[in-house]
Amino acid sequence: MSTGMPLPRLIHIDDYASVLGEPQVEELRTLASRLQGRTVQMVNSTAVGGGVAEILTRLVPILQELGLAIRWDVITGGNDFFDITKAFHNALHGGSYEMPPESFEVFLAYNEQNLARLQMEGEFTVIHDPQPVALLKARHDQSGHWIWRCHIDLSRPNPTVWQFLEPWVNRYDGAIFSSPEFSRQLSIPQYLFYPCIDPLAEKNREMEPEFVRGTLERFSIDPARPILTQISRFDRLKDPVGVVRAYRIVKRYFDCQLVLAGGGADDDPEGAAVLAEVQEAAASDADVHILNLPPWSATEINALQRGSTVIIQKSLREGFGLTVTEALWKKKPVVASAVGGIPTQVIHKHTGLLAHSVEGTAYQIRFLLSNPAIASRLGEQGHEHVREHFLITSNVRRYLTLFLHLLGSS
Amino acid sequence: MRAAEHPFQFVTASYITQISNHKAVTLFELAKGLKDSSDASIFYHTFQSLSRHHFLTEGFSNDFAQWVLAACNRPELAEQLAGLDIRDYLSLAELRSDLLRLVTAYCAGNPPYADQAAFEPFYFCEGIEVAVPLSIEARSLEEFRAGLERLSHASMHYHFIASRLRLHLRTNDFSNWLESSLGLNALAQRVNRVDIYTYTLDSVQSILMALVDEELSR
Repeated sequence: MSTGMPLPRLIHIDDYASVLGEPQVEELRTLASRLQGRTVQMVNSTAVGGGVAEILTRLVPILQELGLAIRWDVITGGNDFFDITKAFHNALHGGSYEMPPESFEVFLAYNEQNLARLQMEGEFTVIHDPQPVALLKARHDQSGHWIWRCHIDLSRPNPTVWQFLEPWVNRYDGAIFSSPEFSRQLSIPQYLFYPCIDPLAEKNREMEPEFVRGTLERFSIDPARPILTQISRFDRLKDPVGVVRAYRIVKRYFDCQLVLAGGGADDDPEGAAVLAEVQEAAASDADVHILNLPPWSATEINALQRGSTVIIQKSLREGFGLTVTEALWKKKPVVASAVGGIPTQVIHKHTGLLAHSVEGTAYQIRFLLSNPAIASRLGEQGHEHVREHFLITSNVRRYLTLFLHLLGSS
Repeated sequence: MRAAEHPFQFVTASYITQISNHKAVTLFELAKGLKDSSDASIFYHTFQSLSRHHFLTEGFSNDFAQWVLAACNRPELAEQLAGLDIRDYLSLAELRSDLLRLVTAYCAGNPPYADQAAFEPFYFCEGIEVAVPLSIEARSLEEFRAGLERLSHASMHYHFIASRLRLHLRTNDFSNWLESSLGLNALAQRVNRVDIYTYTLDSVQSILMALVDEELSR
């Protein structure tokens, strides 16, 4: 089977043995041995940029190396199509839908165009997100296994858009969601695949302590005093001002510093406004470091996370919260809000601490700063939790298991 | 050393999670969910939960206990639920019955808390198992030891924890084979006594290897 997208070949499955252990990698090979030569087709709407493309860039080469005949195709469309799918995206997150009624026909027409262009011939076809959902029309006589992978939160969808999509979704053999909270009541089986990080990627790979220290000093952060860090876009839903308020409470007891690092303030007017609010809240406190980083700052973010004493994620609403996953992987004690996918990752008092308010966040941070041994244990257990559930290899395993299950069922 | 007539076939099991349509926001709804959910769901939140969190050795027992503690803030009931030892159960029906009994009794004794909304909902899920034989089998204790060393967490869980329900015996695959195929009854019992709640799966694996080494050195 030919490959639609050029696949990077930089990292091999055996490279993961250093983080997973040989038996776990061998087990992936055992599972895959039952699927040798089986054809798999992944379809999404973008080749670069965005979380889905990032996951597929890693996932597809690994499944190919494990012996599956996998191809990855990307649908195309005009600006009108992507305006509609962007409106779908916002509406499925609960926003209003302002597009004209004929937008649904335009959406279907572009799916038809892609059907004419793409070869849909996988035994297992995985359609990612709503954009290519109507490619299901290519299925004849219930042949093959068709799965819809939904990466977005469908808990409160706009009814107009959902009423259009739901009949399509219910014709698949199953749907995959990132959290039970994001799923809908459907007539098909719904599977849970957590989002994941790549431990060998720039943002997560191991770093020399000297490099971490150098990065902190480059940002004028003192490595010798406790560092509290929240990595997130400058977005009100991440409550950066609440983080500053929590820091102020902690500061009464500990000579600590606060780092608020993220992006989104340059190309988003709301981001710029939030950044201004945070700067105002921080006032002239020299121990508050507000870093508006460009999108290519993976190395810096890695170093900031590794150099921190406590990582905070005080979101008011959250998707899965992969910045929490990244922090846990780096064995950092985490204090986070119990929203979205965070409680799945931060098992209270086992892999981190949950909080529900500014005062609660401050209290948990104080507790960790006062009890470094407990903080260290939470960090270690958080790392194991990520290793077990939230790495790209866990995702590989889930896909292999799902394909084997579907074969067994049929 | 004796050779077994029937080799021990090492197997790995892989699971995917299926999201069910039940969820609970209160203790009362948890009781209802416990009553209505499938056996696969009870298995997922107890037996499989232990495997998913095998690296936690202090105070984590099952998903129900953790939710009652962290989301409902009811430590007394959480302790009771955590106190249930899955090794005591040969069927999921018995385990479901005990879980339900504890939650129902607590709700009856503490009506104000039964309808109190939790910080976050409890979502009932199910585990779907796909078991695949590995290319490792053992006919002797030496081969068994070599196989043990190569096992992943999933294999350890399959043979040492989940096997109880498959066998319908208060034992595990390893002990069962050591006793029935090699006649090593004392070793089988010592293996079966290793505490899965207070050791990580890695530790359990190391302890089992040490027990076998001790037997081999006799």
